[in-house]
Amino acid sequence: MLRYLALKAGRALFVVWAAFTLTFVLLFVLPADPVDLLFDPAELNTVTPEVREQVADGYGFDKPVLLQYLARLGHALTGDFGSSVQSGRSVTATILDVLPSTLVLAFGALVLALLIGFVIALAATSTRRAWVRNLAEALPSGAVSVPVFLSGILVLQIFSFQLGWFPAFGDQGARSLVLPMITLAVPVSGPIAQLLVRSFATEFRSGYVTTSWAKGATRGGIVVRDVFRNASLPALTIAGITFGNLIAGSVITETVFARQGIGRMTQAAINTLDIPLVQGIVVLVAASFAVINLVVDLIYPLLDPRLRATLATGSPLTA
Amino acid sequence: MTAELDVLAAPARPGRASPPAGRLGRLAQQPFLVLSWIIVLVVIGWAVAPGLFTSYGPYDGDSAAGFAPPSAEHWFGTDRLGRDLFARSVYGAHTTLTATLLAVLVAFGIGTVVGLIAGFGGGIVDTAIMRVVDVFLAIPSLLLAMVVVSVLGYSTQNIALAVGVSSIASFARVMRAQVLAVMTQDYVKAAYGLGGGRLRVLVRHVVPNSLNSVIALAALEVGTAVLAVASLGFLGYGAPPPQPEWGLLVAEGRDYVAVHPWASIMPGLALALVVISTHRISTSYRKEHRR
Amino acid sequence: MTDTAEERQDPLLRITDLAIDYRTGRRQWTPAVRGAGLHVRRGEFVSLVGESGSGKTTLVQGALGLLPTAARIRGGSIAYSGVDVTGWSDQRMALVRGNYVGFVPQDPNTSLNPVKKIGQQVIEAVRFNAPGARNAAQHREAALESLRTAGLKDAGRVFHQYPHELSGGMKQRALIAIALAGKPKIVVADEPTSALDVTVQKVILDHLARLREELGIGILLVTHDLGVALDRSDRILVMQHGQIVEEGPVRRILENTTHDYTRRLLDAAPARHAGRLVPTSGVRAVPADAAPVLRAHALTKRYHLRGARGRRREVRALDGADLVVRKGTTHAIVGESGAGKSTLASILVRFTSADGGTVHVGDREVTGLDRRQLREIRRDLQFVFQNPFTSLDPRFTVGKLVAEPLQAFGLVTGRRERTARVVELLTAVALDESHLHRLPGELSGGQRQRVAIARALALNPGILVLDEAVSALDVSVQAQILQLLVDLQAEFGLSYVFVTHDLGVVRLIADDVTVMRGGVVVETGPVEQVFRAPRHAYTRELLEAVPGADHTGPGTIRAARANTSIAHQV
Repeated sequence: MLRYLALKAGRALFVVWAAFTLTFVLLFVLPADPVDLLFDPAELNTVTPEVREQVADGYGFDKPVLLQYLARLGHALTGDFGSSVQSGRSVTATILDVLPSTLVLAFGALVLALLIGFVIALAATSTRRAWVRNLAEALPSGAVSVPVFLSGILVLQIFSFQLGWFPAFGDQGARSLVLPMITLAVPVSGPIAQLLVRSFATEFRSGYVTTSWAKGATRGGIVVRDVFRNASLPALTIAGITFGNLIAGSVITETVFARQGIGRMTQAAINTLDIPLVQGIVVLVAASFAVINLVVDLIYPLLDPRLRATLATGSPLTA
Repeated sequence: MTAELDVLAAPARPGRASPPAGRLGRLAQQPFLVLSWIIVLVVIGWAVAPGLFTSYGPYDGDSAAGFAPPSAEHWFGTDRLGRDLFARSVYGAHTTLTATLLAVLVAFGIGTVVGLIAGFGGGIVDTAIMRVVDVFLAIPSLLLAMVVVSVLGYSTQNIALAVGVSSIASFARVMRAQVLAVMTQDYVKAAYGLGGGRLRVLVRHVVPNSLNSVIALAALEVGTAVLAVASLGFLGYGAPPPQPEWGLLVAEGRDYVAVHPWASIMPGLALALVVISTHRISTSYRKEHRR
Repeated sequence: MTDTAEERQDPLLRITDLAIDYRTGRRQWTPAVRGAGLHVRRGEFVSLVGESGSGKTTLVQGALGLLPTAARIRGGSIAYSGVDVTGWSDQRMALVRGNYVGFVPQDPNTSLNPVKKIGQQVIEAVRFNAPGARNAAQHREAALESLRTAGLKDAGRVFHQYPHELSGGMKQRALIAIALAGKPKIVVADEPTSALDVTVQKVILDHLARLREELGIGILLVTHDLGVALDRSDRILVMQHGQIVEEGPVRRILENTTHDYTRRLLDAAPARHAGRLVPTSGVRAVPADAAPVLRAHALTKRYHLRGARGRRREVRALDGADLVVRKGTTHAIVGESGAGKSTLASILVRFTSADGGTVHVGDREVTGLDRRQLREIRRDLQFVFQNPFTSLDPRFTVGKLVAEPLQAFGLVTGRRERTARVVELLTAVALDESHLHRLPGELSGGQRQRVAIARALALNPGILVLDEAVSALDVSVQAQILQLLVDLQAEFGLSYVFVTHDLGVVRLIADDVTVMRGGVVVETGPVEQVFRAPRHAYTRELLEAVPGADHTGPGTIRAARANTSIAHQV
């Protein structure tokens, strides 16, 4: 068990370190002259050599790459990713400013997406009507196919401009959160629903369901008592993908609805080539991903007695 | 004794009887699949020969006829400058689909080879490759693509590369899983036992049998890549404005969405239809090749 | 129910003229059961026998209302104690299932919910069928009682265990407990023991038979194994192509079967033959002092388990196993699951490498050969897998499959010569040119195994290692393949290593036999000797568990009975 823990934690740490290194190589080493990236492209021609040198010195670009890397890594370990080129504020503080807003949006969307996913899967499994099942099976692929920017615009058009139920833009109050949350939840729910529909169907055909039928259980009872838990477990395996969808979706959602948040900040940081900020965001995202997967790896055995047993006795390993 | 008895005992399995009339017969039973193929083929036609589908040019504008709603004359309506949005969508298909194709080729080509090396090589090679794949999977592909584009510079071609690179990891993972699954099959063991060398077994048995689900993923990836390319275009990392590109078309209409919604919605719907169609095709491929 | 006169009118279960179709296309239905009828009376043990695809499982699924959605009942009726339940809704059938009819499913390993404790699963069965309101403690007591009735002595402990913590036999008992929990009048068991070892099978079937006596319930057993049916039933029904082709008491069927198919099934059942199969070409003579072609000495294979807190545990899959195969003979390796027999076979052909011990083919030592030398050895030493559905690459045609070893060794150059050689091989296994361009998916199980054998013979090997090569096949197909193997042996002078769990098959094909258990060789010797006078208690136990061995019948079968009765006395 301890070994399992250590292995998983080690992998998570490796992922974070590698994400840092990858962004370092991409952003600081690969560009011919990283100093170019530090300035607004429009103003680049007006920058004097003296200023460039000064900046290069300030960022340590004149030192050997390895030293730069080690220095940045050392700082990053203490949570210091340097300061934003645009605002001059520390990257960590800049991120922390907007993080809560995105967290609220993402969490709300996740809950909504899970709800949608389970409703679709339960409908597909519980119904005896073929057309309901077919519809429920087709919905998820529609959900992932509609681009977030389109669904955002449609939602805006209908609920804000036509019906006037919700504010169109901004991030003031709970009402302004509703439309972005729906927009973000739809594409996130797609893969979840797809997986759940499939695993509910698989489990519903399995041997122990036959046993339950034979016991005299009814369809609804079987879905709730037997299928639900077995079929829901696999949803945890795509937690990482779901997280990725939430991040990618929030970039676009926050842009469409002009909301403050990590997504919109990422876009701005890329647009202005704010390298330290981009690196900070990527490392933060990778770290969150690693932590989420670590948590899933750790709680999965608690939910599945079979896995618990394998961990306790060890798994067969061919010599 | 012998064959006829064998035939006699051959189970006439219910539900496994062969379908009525080959591939076409099966297609005829799935109207949505047929529709999906038609949509995809038409859009490919747009990309290859746009002039056949519209008489307007993508840049021909008449500012007096700006923001016309969809009509028989302008199927998708017109934009701010009076340019026909249907024509711009048709010409935009070329930009978007070429980028998509490039992206899928990059992801499929590199991902499959990497996955094959990991799965077939095993041991430390596998471990090393998979740890790197982990890292790429840890960064959401849109974010990774944005970073890559920011390094390479803004252009549709670079978007394609960026989207392709960011999907390599998932292809590698699927291919590796398939290779590992195929390698435990008895027929691979049998091939070794019959005197096949590693290379021979790899080429004749492992690769062909592993490719099915990777091809299904590639079909799915076409849809995902169209979305990613358009999303990056929407965010403004692609071709510069006068050019028609699907994501950019939606972005251009977005500023006027309150008053003239179709300018965004029509190109967006076309895009969504294409993605839905590729998903449908991918699903049917997967069903047909499931073992 | 106790009134005998009434009982004669209304059996516990009566199926009349039942017809079930499977949907195979949009408006296309294929019949799976055609006009089948049967009845089971109180206290009666009835067996429904048929090979795969005969429709026997569909028939009982129809009776229980458990048909998959792709199936429909086209005609006929199902009545429980005279109450016609045909066309009842799921809701109403739920009251019949568990309460009136209990069901024991086929595979105990998948038939229990993996994330729930056994106790809870039995309690559910009690609760669904409890007459009147009762409290949780009573439910619990009833569930424990049911577990004990099913023969689980340690019911209290099993109650708190998860399915994966139990052996296959215990899981099947738990499922029997679930079937009994609703106090049903009739129990339907669909191949309840085909996933279990033969000794466990005996215990489970004995227990079912005892339940019939003690509880007075009716039992309908569905099985592919005629031996199992003969041993315990009052009446037997034989099913083929969706129809019941024969019905009658065991004795009548044995002595005087009217139907040709039943006759063939009876003849095919391995347990009903006394001695080795005779090659079609005539009796062969194996010199008693034939030289050994394959020798294994003190083979050991360990698998390491990584234990908790860094402890390392070991499982000995093979522990000092010896084997000698004489030229031109068949040496059977027999044992139950976990005996190490497949590991041994796999080491012989070096799919797996041993931790210790040696293998000699002729005079050459195989252990420790490098890849190139191994390849040379494999020309003389070929392998046939258990499952012909997985051992043939689904994308290769029969012609390509059989030609593969020829190409790998560059033996026959030229397309025409190669095709000629392939056809020659196909003819040897009783297939022909017409099969050349078919894919494995288009062949039956028996045909596929023939292709696998043809492929193994392509290099003219002296030795064939067959790992459960007939276990996945229906009994009549199995008989054909065994005969084919015997014929090929006579023709080419092959030596076989034949791994199997089925002692009946051993008798049909082997000259020598090695009995294994837990990775250790328990007993070895000529088949005659080992079967007639087993020295080890485990061998005796195995022999006694073989179903259908002691039934009187024509010809050779009496001899078989004599054999086993001697075995009993030793």
